[in-house]
Amino acid sequence: MPDVTTPSGGNGAEPMIRLQDLSKVFPGQAKPAVDSLDMTIAAGEIVVLVGPSGCGKTTTMRLINRLIEPTSGRIILEGEDVTKVNPDRLRRRIGYVIQQVGLFPHHTIADNIATVPRMLGWDDKRIRARVDELLAMVGLEPATYRSRYPKHLSGGQRQRAGVARALSADPSVMLMDEPFGAIDPITRDRLQNEFLRLQETIRKTIIFVTHDIDEAIKMGDRIAILREGSKIAQYDTPERILTAPADDFVADFIGAGASLKRLGLTRVRDVELVQWPTAPRGASRPEVLEALRGSDKGAVLILDEQRRPVRWVSAREIQREDLPLSEIGLPSDAVVQPQATLADALNEMLASRFGCAAVVDGSGAYLGSVEFGTVSAIIQELRRDAREQSRAAADELHAAQAARS
Amino acid sequence: MSVFDYLGRQGDRLFGLAIEHFLIVLVSVSISTVVGVALGILTYRTNGPRRAALATTGIFLTIPSFALFGLLIGPLGLGTTPAVVALVMYGLLPIVRNTIVGLRSVDSAVVESAQGMGMGRYRRLFRIELPLAWPVIITGIRVSAVIIVGIAAIAAVVNGPGLGKDIFRALARVGTPTAVPQAISAVLGIIAIAILIDLFFVLVLRLTTSRGIRA
Repeated sequence: MPDVTTPSGGNGAEPMIRLQDLSKVFPGQAKPAVDSLDMTIAAGEIVVLVGPSGCGKTTTMRLINRLIEPTSGRIILEGEDVTKVNPDRLRRRIGYVIQQVGLFPHHTIADNIATVPRMLGWDDKRIRARVDELLAMVGLEPATYRSRYPKHLSGGQRQRAGVARALSADPSVMLMDEPFGAIDPITRDRLQNEFLRLQETIRKTIIFVTHDIDEAIKMGDRIAILREGSKIAQYDTPERILTAPADDFVADFIGAGASLKRLGLTRVRDVELVQWPTAPRGASRPEVLEALRGSDKGAVLILDEQRRPVRWVSAREIQREDLPLSEIGLPSDAVVQPQATLADALNEMLASRFGCAAVVDGSGAYLGSVEFGTVSAIIQELRRDAREQSRAAADELHAAQAARS
Repeated sequence: MSVFDYLGRQGDRLFGLAIEHFLIVLVSVSISTVVGVALGILTYRTNGPRRAALATTGIFLTIPSFALFGLLIGPLGLGTTPAVVALVMYGLLPIVRNTIVGLRSVDSAVVESAQGMGMGRYRRLFRIELPLAWPVIITGIRVSAVIIVGIAAIAAVVNGPGLGKDIFRALARVGTPTAVPQAISAVLGIIAIAILIDLFFVLVLRLTTSRGIRA
């Protein structure tokens, strides 16, 4: 039986959200959309609800802020039964982000973010400060974006503004329904990484709905795989779901390549970084050559004044005297942040000439590099694990058959 | 006698009639707006009442104006009252229809996110839905106002105020030298009022629409 009652890290404290025997039957439908669901969500975790379309994951999420009223059962938020409280007051305590964002087109970004604080009666000064703080937090320069309208923003920027709006009154719980679903793959990756970094500081309890198992593995501290009727097939950490799927439904849903998917579990910060030789942009040719000779690598990474990677320069290219240092060699395009997954890093480095990706901190300063060899070794290890597991299963099967005959 | 001669001699009197005409349009459109927008708000979310509201106000617009003014003499007598009632009835359809269309075309994701943030029914309506539907609603009011300017001329049959009086007087004296200039002057006055009202609405639309949803 999947573990649904005692999430780790709860330390026996009251969980943030408890769903008790929660059901929803829509009028005119025989089968319940959500069928007596019991679920416990620990404070500060991202819990991803994932499952095939029509499994009731969005309905389940919308039961929590009662955009859909449950037919029966109870919702307990921070120890308080909220099944019957005023729904509008309840919703002001819960951040809500949807795929289409739903920013108010006739309000400026600042007014959009200020919506809930205004309803809660904050004074103007506090609201202004909060809006600027949130804009900066989601990476939108307050002076530039405060007074813009949603139509002036790109899809990714709108999604950031949507997250800022959901965080405005500092809710302890956030509901996110496929928040990155309508965004192009490259921007989606970046937004996911930024959101994970943000979550490290804000530590909200987040219910995250997606149909994409890879996104679930990347974003979730814990994943609930749901089948029809919002029945929990498995509720566990991504690690456990990938290594020990509870049944065939879960295994099928994860699909092939579960061992490779685990690359999406390991973060760049978890592996040892390799130091490539570096030189400041203003360095002289002999200095660069010296740095290169002092290492066993084939190129030097040129950094700008803020220590941000600029270009890779190989030994042969140092000879070129006709161009300044910052224009020879290859641009350093393959850049990842420590919270990026190895799958992200692998993507980046496949496009780079030296088979490595530069790792930078939040402000873009160089920390070290992650190399193809490192990732490749981890893939080998994952493959070996998977192979051994499947061999063990085969042995078991063989033993069982032998015993029967 | 030319129209200009006529305007030179009768200018002051015509201006008085034009003001009367404008005022009866103003009063009628205002009442139509209040009733029409309210009717739209009350019915846009439910299929039955919505169809009933559109059908009823649609029928009003198909009644020949001469007949409607005549029919209202019975219950309301002569003068300004029956004129205003008839004009309000004619003005309803564009306003009701545009209110319904405007409110129904508000992006459902916007409404859902408003609800998800804890905006109640009335706050959602007044802060989100009506402002977003506003450009469509005000276009309905504008169409309604221009229709009413024309129909108001016929209010003269129930002894209502406005430039219609001069048209009917001229019709009664066809053949006399002043009949044609008199009728043309009144018609020109009505056209001028219609254009002024149209321009006024263009300005109002511009000034009252958020920069975020301006085309």
